Amino acid sequence: MLEAINYEFMQNALIAGVLVSFISGVIGSLIVVNRMVFLAGGIAHAAYGGIGIAIYGGFSIFLGTTVFAIIAALFMAFITIKQREKIDIFIGLIWAVGMAIGIILVDLTPGYNVDMMSYLFGSILAVNNEDLYYMGGLFILISFAVNFWYRDILAVSYDSEYASLCGINVKFFYTLILVLSALTVVIAIKVVGLILVIALLTIPIYIAQGISSSLYSMMLASGLIATFFTIIGLWISYSFNLTSGACIILVSAFSLIIFMIGAKLK
Amino acid sequence: MQINKDSNLALIDINNLSFSYDKELVLQDINLKIFDKDFLVIIGPNGGGKSTLMKLILGINKANKDSIKFSNQTLDSKLEEIAYVPQNTNVNINFPIKAIEVIMMGNTNHKMPFFGYKKEELNYALKILKQVGMEEFADAKIGSLSGGQRQRVMIARALYSKPKVLLLDEPTSNIDADGQKAIYELLKELNKEVTIIVISHDLSIILEYATKVAHVNKKLSYHDISIMKKEFTSLDGHICEVELLQMLGKNRC
Repeated sequence: MLEAINYEFMQNALIAGVLVSFISGVIGSLIVVNRMVFLAGGIAHAAYGGIGIAIYGGFSIFLGTTVFAIIAALFMAFITIKQREKIDIFIGLIWAVGMAIGIILVDLTPGYNVDMMSYLFGSILAVNNEDLYYMGGLFILISFAVNFWYRDILAVSYDSEYASLCGINVKFFYTLILVLSALTVVIAIKVVGLILVIALLTIPIYIAQGISSSLYSMMLASGLIATFFTIIGLWISYSFNLTSGACIILVSAFSLIIFMIGAKLK
Repeated sequence: MQINKDSNLALIDINNLSFSYDKELVLQDINLKIFDKDFLVIIGPNGGGKSTLMKLILGINKANKDSIKFSNQTLDSKLEEIAYVPQNTNVNINFPIKAIEVIMMGNTNHKMPFFGYKKEELNYALKILKQVGMEEFADAKIGSLSGGQRQRVMIARALYSKPKVLLLDEPTSNIDADGQKAIYELLKELNKEVTIIVISHDLSIILEYATKVAHVNKKLSYHDISIMKKEFTSLDGHICEVELLQMLGKNRC
């Protein structure tokens, strides 16, 4: 492992792993405390439609997925605010339709032969400089937004009814959390792939929730835990030539089981 | 005690208020005057319109703007004077938030948008926690508190904005008997400073703590029981719920 750090692709992978882990820690915390896991899953799978559009149109995959995921998030926000009782149906719909659009567009692309597995299960070892700039920019954007509006986001997440009585624009912050989730999903796809995004956005958070007494400390703890899992998973992936995303998720899930047993025995 | 107050001084003045969801009339011709330092209990059957009336007073449901006045002004301009303690304090119990942070949620006028609470804010929040007897739990996670303790934190949150009126929806529905009594003792103490409106099913609190009772079932009937209570308690110093129902029944229009 240590000699591997000399390779540029390994350096990029490590930087990407740390950035994505912290972003997932912050946004995953918001997703979990707001009970939006299913929504985030819907956005992640719908994002596949964006991948298809980008491949078919021949432009940047990040751009395609970002735009598509944000549209999916805005649509979800609109539905959840207007038609709360039908939300499950619409999430399922967006989830499946997004993927279907992606697959059809990939079919229609002539001479297409990129490895689709890398989008489903991640390809952290193939992270390039463009990806890193995008991740860095997103990291700054999310840190700024969450710090700037921390108290409003806390109020809306903990008790949206009361927040609304206090004059906080609950719909705005709800939509903001979903849009930030969409952006997070887009970069997490690069690291663990869209099938496994939800695990990265929930497992470290679940462990952090048990040991944190404030939302802020939960975000930081989740980030640190996710970083740890990512690095261990990456090391296993490199050593045994296995798919990186799946390694990261299995390390996380195994740790979660140990954590839960430990908590039971206490 | 507030007997013989001039009707113009009503803190909240509800006049000919009717409200319907879609086509179903929920409240009809409600007239109610709530005075400063009243301890008003609103009772009535489920679906009788108690919660709707509460939402109208809180401005969640919009009433005709002349039908509810606050100190003779429109309600909208005065909503921050009315603080609300929700019924279910068991929501989001696993949420990682400290008691003191819950209380400071009530402050939306914080000037600094970036993370962090100002020292005077924290001191003020601690003072309020002390007022409700919870100062040693300031840094406790909200989920680790008992139902009664959590209710106190919610009351403290409502008090943070220095309201004139405290509106509580079934404040003891998730609390054991001892805890319930303690909550009402706290409300009685707070009643020296603020007007209290409680929605409740629990008749025994009317006996011990309420000064006014409003029964809402589409229409509203109102009882000033502070005078009645004196008549009844003088018999043997104790009244039970049966007698209470009798004396409320006497006044039923």
